[in-house]
Amino acid sequence: MGDCTTCHTAGPATPFAGGNPLATPFGTLFSTNITPDVKSGIGNWSAEAFRRAMRDGVSRNGKHLYPALPYEHFTHVTDGDLDALYAFFMTRRAVSTVQPANALYPPLGFRPLLAGWKMLFLHKGVWQPTPARSEQWNRGQYLVEGLGHCGGCHTPRNLLGGEKRSQAYDGGLAEGWVAPAISARSPAARAWTADRLYVYLRTGIDMNHAAAAGPMGPVAHNLARAPDADVRAIAVYVASLMASSPGATVLSAPSIDRSTLAAREFPAGAALFAGGCSGCHGPGAPMMQQGRPALSLGSPLHEDDPRDTIQIILQGLQPPVGAPGPYMPALADNFTDVQVGAIAAYVRACYTDKPGWTNLPKAVAKARKEGNQP
Amino acid sequence: MTLTLTVNGRNYAIEAAPTTPLLYVLRDDLSLNAAKYGCGLGQCGACTVQVDGKAVFSCLTPIAALEGRAIRTVEGLGSAEKPSPLQAAFATEQAAQCGYCTAGMIMRAQALLDTTPHPSEAEIRTHMDTNLCRCGTHMRILRAIHRAAGSTPESGA
Amino acid sequence: MTVLLSRRQMLAASGLVVAFSLTSRSVAQLSGGGEGGPGPEIVAPDLPGSLKSHPVLDAWIRIDRKGHATIFTGKAELGQGIASALWQVASEELDLSLAQVEIVTADSGRTPDEGLTAGSHSMQDGGTAIANAAANVRMLLTRAAAARWGVGVKTVDTNGKGSVIAADGRKLSYGVLAAGLNLHVAAIKDAPRRDPARYRTMAHDVPRFDIPAKLTGGEAFVQDMRLPGMLHARVVRGPSFGTELKEADFDAAARMPGVVKIVRDGSFAAVVARTQWQAIAALRFLQEAPWARSAPPLPSLGVAETLMALPAHDIVVLDTHDQVAPAQRRVVARYSRPWLSHGSIGPSCSVTLFKDGELTIWSHSQGIFDVQRSVAQLVGLPAEKVRCIHTQGSGCYGQNGADDVSADAGLIAVAMPGVPIKLQWMREQEFGWEPLGPAMVSELTGILGADGKIVAWKHDVWSNPHNNRPTDAAGYVAGQEITKPYPVPVGKPIPMPEGDGDRNSNPLYALPNMQVLYHFLPQMPLRVSALRSLGAHLNIFSIESMFDELAHACGQDPLAFRLAHMEDPRARAVMIEATTRFGWSKRVRGNGRRGTGMAFARYKNIGAYCAIAMEVEIERETGVVTVRRVQAAVDAGQPASPDGIRNQVEGGIVQSLSWTTRESVTFEPSHRTSFDWSAYPISRFSDVPGEIDVHVLPQSGMPFLGAGETAQGPTAAAFANAIADATGVRLREMPLTPDKLKSALGPI
Repeated sequence: MGDCTTCHTAGPATPFAGGNPLATPFGTLFSTNITPDVKSGIGNWSAEAFRRAMRDGVSRNGKHLYPALPYEHFTHVTDGDLDALYAFFMTRRAVSTVQPANALYPPLGFRPLLAGWKMLFLHKGVWQPTPARSEQWNRGQYLVEGLGHCGGCHTPRNLLGGEKRSQAYDGGLAEGWVAPAISARSPAARAWTADRLYVYLRTGIDMNHAAAAGPMGPVAHNLARAPDADVRAIAVYVASLMASSPGATVLSAPSIDRSTLAAREFPAGAALFAGGCSGCHGPGAPMMQQGRPALSLGSPLHEDDPRDTIQIILQGLQPPVGAPGPYMPALADNFTDVQVGAIAAYVRACYTDKPGWTNLPKAVAKARKEGNQP
Repeated sequence: MTLTLTVNGRNYAIEAAPTTPLLYVLRDDLSLNAAKYGCGLGQCGACTVQVDGKAVFSCLTPIAALEGRAIRTVEGLGSAEKPSPLQAAFATEQAAQCGYCTAGMIMRAQALLDTTPHPSEAEIRTHMDTNLCRCGTHMRILRAIHRAAGSTPESGA
Repeated sequence: MTVLLSRRQMLAASGLVVAFSLTSRSVAQLSGGGEGGPGPEIVAPDLPGSLKSHPVLDAWIRIDRKGHATIFTGKAELGQGIASALWQVASEELDLSLAQVEIVTADSGRTPDEGLTAGSHSMQDGGTAIANAAANVRMLLTRAAAARWGVGVKTVDTNGKGSVIAADGRKLSYGVLAAGLNLHVAAIKDAPRRDPARYRTMAHDVPRFDIPAKLTGGEAFVQDMRLPGMLHARVVRGPSFGTELKEADFDAAARMPGVVKIVRDGSFAAVVARTQWQAIAALRFLQEAPWARSAPPLPSLGVAETLMALPAHDIVVLDTHDQVAPAQRRVVARYSRPWLSHGSIGPSCSVTLFKDGELTIWSHSQGIFDVQRSVAQLVGLPAEKVRCIHTQGSGCYGQNGADDVSADAGLIAVAMPGVPIKLQWMREQEFGWEPLGPAMVSELTGILGADGKIVAWKHDVWSNPHNNRPTDAAGYVAGQEITKPYPVPVGKPIPMPEGDGDRNSNPLYALPNMQVLYHFLPQMPLRVSALRSLGAHLNIFSIESMFDELAHACGQDPLAFRLAHMEDPRARAVMIEATTRFGWSKRVRGNGRRGTGMAFARYKNIGAYCAIAMEVEIERETGVVTVRRVQAAVDAGQPASPDGIRNQVEGGIVQSLSWTTRESVTFEPSHRTSFDWSAYPISRFSDVPGEIDVHVLPQSGMPFLGAGETAQGPTAAAFANAIADATGVRLREMPLTPDKLKSALGPI
């Protein structure tokens, strides 16, 4: 639920032992070892120390923790759940590691600066239910605001890296990807009902939208294993956040497909799409015969920012390890920046009626860097 | 429409629709057998060639994207009479059963050796994950890559 | 080990059919292991191997004036290395160098009909035939030389380089001798074979002759064929077997760029175009049309529930009754596996040409003689007007789409006389339309006596027929699509000792009071046919898992327990060899994280012997199991190519691990949903074991035994046994996924 493993596990052989690099706008951080190893992990941490880290962002040795650990969300988690997490981690297999040094841009490596950051952005307080709302909605809110830390990606941040609370869930950035708005500003063409969200979070794809991509992929892989009732609760809560978005009442609109028009405007992109993409995404392709969603239904093409469309072309999609799931090959090496830009321009024109994106080749070059690709 | 493609160091004038994936041009216009149709969906690697030194799926790369870029196939690495070190290593290890995946494996492995001349077992396995082999020749392919790199396989994934 | 029924009953009225377990080897050697049709007629029952059907020497061997030999085999190179192995056998028994021998593989116009290349029979039937035919030819050559020199035949020898030599040094080349020799004579049974101690090529690791082309872009596969004027075809169907496109706009497709013809016959439809890309574009356009199910819905329940509800014809495999010690403990278990895809890396392909009233088919089918006859019937030609030439495709591991694509291509060629046609199935067509490996379920009961030995054994197995290879036009998908369709063939079981769903359900162990019953299920919810090892994968998984469960129940070491019940010395030898090399006595004992397991089988109880020991490491957090190392020992009789055997067994281990740990065809009532590699993942490099070692026992001079399918069953069982050793958790429903292990482990 808290997605701990996504940051704190570098490889399948060393769960929770840290060492995973996390690229942030402030430089690269490496996750820490949270196995019960005494020297390199949290083996000699008390429950109190664990709680303090999660609620206050302070390490056992008194140092401030970087908010890469989303303690401004974990601060809302109840004592009972924190104690359960503590018990869980202290019963994992101890793994001994050597912690890689962080590579933050100076002077951000200076931890005491974080005291000021916390003063501005850490709003403590265990979450409290809203009596007027259902038990399921409240459970959903608790999970989303706390351990789920969805706002960590889906809420825009200011220059200091703090979440803008007045624009909660209006969309944010993570590792070079746009995390779309899951508020009234959701760009989804069709409604995100609680049922559809549940299917998406559980399976990584919904037939009225698209597959979970980029950093959202691991979230879906983890939620596939979470208790059913909790995933439903999250779905109910998040659906309520989007209740007044433009697509909220649209259960099934015809999908947009203006390929002739788009091909006239972007012939280069159309040709590249036909040869590189239509094998899966084109009409009559086997994936489409199986009922997979049309490209017009996913949010990446509808965002003002072309980032997600570009990143998915560059990085593709990976299914969970050893299990079936949506898959797309990474095309970063097949196409140049100009070519990726041309494809993006074509699909924008073909599958939406939104105005074209500008400066695409530059956006592609930037996306390659932000997504840590060569 | 005529496009110029540079394959294994030579230029060819290709009369095929620009949308045509490179795989079909290699096989049918240039009569090059190595890259194979396995899925056409970028999932199996049987079609792997190199473009500008990077291993890519030729089934998903339309020739419209390839003017001016350097394409290399297995035929450009070596021949049966004069195999490249990697091809020779595959022969020594008899790293093939049906052999359908083999050319793709070689191109994918060569791309690794070109940038990492002495890869570890873990690096090789992760790098080669993009390519499927159904006959189960993996162990020999790993040995062949180690042999070409001058190393020996360590046990353990 | 032979097994006799203690009583026989014919109860036709109740539908109970009794299988005869035959002791005679010669009748047991049905071509291709009993798969496909009855096989070529036996005309010389006393001769070994396929010589029974083709006793005349020049059907197998010709020698030219240079003394070079051309060998004709009815077996096909499927990637299993058989052509090279037979090349070695022929070179050895002719005593020629490899460079002086060339081999021609299955071709209905040139080679003997040896039935299918399947069932691990190629070495046993084909290898034996060639070895004996070659020995016959060498005998005739030495006799001819001796006659010319006026010396005794025992005083002459061959020199391994193409000459017969006299004791006094005189030499005559094979070329000279063959010119005066009539090879249009029948073989004799006991032509002297070469002494294994003097082998020059056999039992040596010789590089396969087909590999260099595969490494360097040479022409190696049917997909590489290019005939002048050849056009490219794609067959047009719904997403999977039992579905149909509705209202596809063929008129519009016919007008698309490069499309030369749309071929239609009933609901069979194909596009033919100048380039592949044009054919694909037309196919995709046609597939925009809606599709609907045209057959009964696919199952909605699980494997066991589905299979056990189908009407069954019960076949008694074993029913023995013995006096033994009283029963003390019983273990009961159910095992299962789902439908599996062959997963050939290269979707099926065929090249055909209909010219001057004759149809030539280049096919990678395992049964090109059946293709010749059956496609002839399908297109309405006499069999003599059709020639089928085996040309390599990618590995098939049983009946994949290779037969159907040849039938489809035959129909297209006949509609376009004079034009060579290359028909390539698409990836999703291979997944959607190929016959699958049948799902199976078994229920076993093992009963132990007070002395820790088994006193009774019961094995029930439920399965569809595995033997649905087309033996006439009705067996093809197209057979039901054409305007005058053929009725769907009725599936029949393969009789023991080969068996199909009951293959290897008869344990090789010496067990008292055995009751083995095959619930043969003729009604097939999904399209199925042979997949490598047929029923042996599930049956050996069941037997070898149960053996471990029994050993555990009475506190015995799994190896000791097996040896206590195994009399066959060669079986004992491979078990001891594998476990000794593995370090069984010093192995990691289940410690929650690491564990070891072993398993054994003799394929069909008449093929090669194989024992496997395996060490695994469990990540309890995720249920992911890493196979750290595998040790196998194989007894395949006299090895022709030891490396060929190692390659096949290594490959079988990796493939069986993939089946066992993650594979399962998925479907909804209307269609198959595993249509590509994302929906049907198989093992990748990160998943394969850390180490695999295969030791081939050097059984000099012993008859060849087929090794291609021997690892599938033991691998699955060794894996389950290792997990049980590591964690105490016994998994029985394949695929044995991380999720299943994690659920079974419970919270940690």
